Amino acid sequence: MSRVRVLVGTRKGAFVLTSDGKRQKWDVSGPHFGGWEIYHLKGSPVDSDRVYASQSSGWFGQLIQRSNDGGKTWEAVDNKFAYDGDAGTHLWYDGTPHPWEFKRIWHLEPSLTDPDTVYAGAEDAALFRTTDGGKSWHELAGLRRQGSGKFWQPGAGGMGLHTILIDPSDPNRIFIAISAAGTFRTEDGGQTWKPINRGLVSKYELPDPNAEVGHCVHRIAMHASRPGVLFMQKHWDVMRSDDAGDSWREISGDLPTDFGFAIDVHAHEPETVYVVPIKSDSEHYPIDGKLRVYRSRSGGDEWETLGKGLPERDCYVNVLRDAMSVDSLDSCGIYFGTTGGQVYASTDAGDSWAPIVRDLPAVVSVEVQTLA
Amino acid sequence: MIRIVLPHHLRTLARIVGEVQLDVDGPVTQRSVLDALEARHPVLRGTIREHGTLRRRPFVRFFACERDLSHEPPDDPLPDEVAAGVEPLLVVGAMAGG
Repeated sequence: MSRVRVLVGTRKGAFVLTSDGKRQKWDVSGPHFGGWEIYHLKGSPVDSDRVYASQSSGWFGQLIQRSNDGGKTWEAVDNKFAYDGDAGTHLWYDGTPHPWEFKRIWHLEPSLTDPDTVYAGAEDAALFRTTDGGKSWHELAGLRRQGSGKFWQPGAGGMGLHTILIDPSDPNRIFIAISAAGTFRTEDGGQTWKPINRGLVSKYELPDPNAEVGHCVHRIAMHASRPGVLFMQKHWDVMRSDDAGDSWREISGDLPTDFGFAIDVHAHEPETVYVVPIKSDSEHYPIDGKLRVYRSRSGGDEWETLGKGLPERDCYVNVLRDAMSVDSLDSCGIYFGTTGGQVYASTDAGDSWAPIVRDLPAVVSVEVQTLA
Repeated sequence: MIRIVLPHHLRTLARIVGEVQLDVDGPVTQRSVLDALEARHPVLRGTIREHGTLRRRPFVRFFACERDLSHEPPDDPLPDEVAAGVEPLLVVGAMAGG
């Protein structure tokens, strides 16, 4: 029978939640790296026992941990993330040039074909790659060096590269997203990049409606069977592209609010999309204290409320950008974590929910592995 | 023999129990002691000093003999008591405030 492993990154450590295919009873292991911020963990699609974790601390900096046994034991690998050559500058909050400074790794994206190859998204925004299982990291500097890099400017949450999507049909095509800069695409494995933000409108953050960069993209998602279709949760607005990011259109439709962070796609239905609407950019919690997931089965515009089993009142948590994931069992499981330390799971594609755990530290990331 | 006391998170990271005891060739300075420490425990590279510049990370402090040595030049000699192994060099995570 298939099993499921849920990798949870929190503000104070990592947790590994495992269950059989019924997904009713869960074993919880952790905290791993107790007391450290774990921005993200993710397993290799070709070797499920190979898991990588981003471990960081305001005191002691960045570490990368690697497991070869599904998260039972870990070894630290290389933690040197050096910008390539003369790092140059981006814009600072006051509009002056500011040197690129490494702060942390927000996201780790293992290769779809090689367990030793992993992409890492950094703050200040840059893309790094290892091809030796984490023994060394090298920047794909073409991203920062494409024309707009010197104009990127951090938002209040930092200038982090938080999303990395690899096209399953063409590993040379990669999509990335950066807070307060936007979405970018490479067609040549990361050597050259192009901003793909046409159609994004951010009138309260960017006065220029045609701005090529500067859009606060919170998360993008794709279905493996249709890598040219992208879904985006922007700061405000839920968006869709049917041409691999060349153009975007809004699909917020009848959502009660289109602010949010997380977005994901059903494992078997490429037009079924999930978001967790958050009240506003000023109030990072659900509307009226009711935690709700919204599902569109039409690829956007029309959304249905999913609340069975979720808090009906007095719930003022947030769901962060990397904190939602899906499994690939026949009845697709949806999982998300909250800043209140709950991880909720649905085994029926979102129709009903139950908490796996309730009292973890604030959840930063949730990734799911479906195991044979 | 030099004695070093690391904070909890770095002891855990490097799988160290208790103090670290090291021999240092030549002058006993912040730099030579930390070089020796990182040579024995490579996982600590980047956690006390930044990669490349080898500057002390902002929220790490060095104490010894009831003195804060954090702002001393890295090539200045450490106190004789540290060099003699009478007193440890304390690597401390700065207080978070709050």
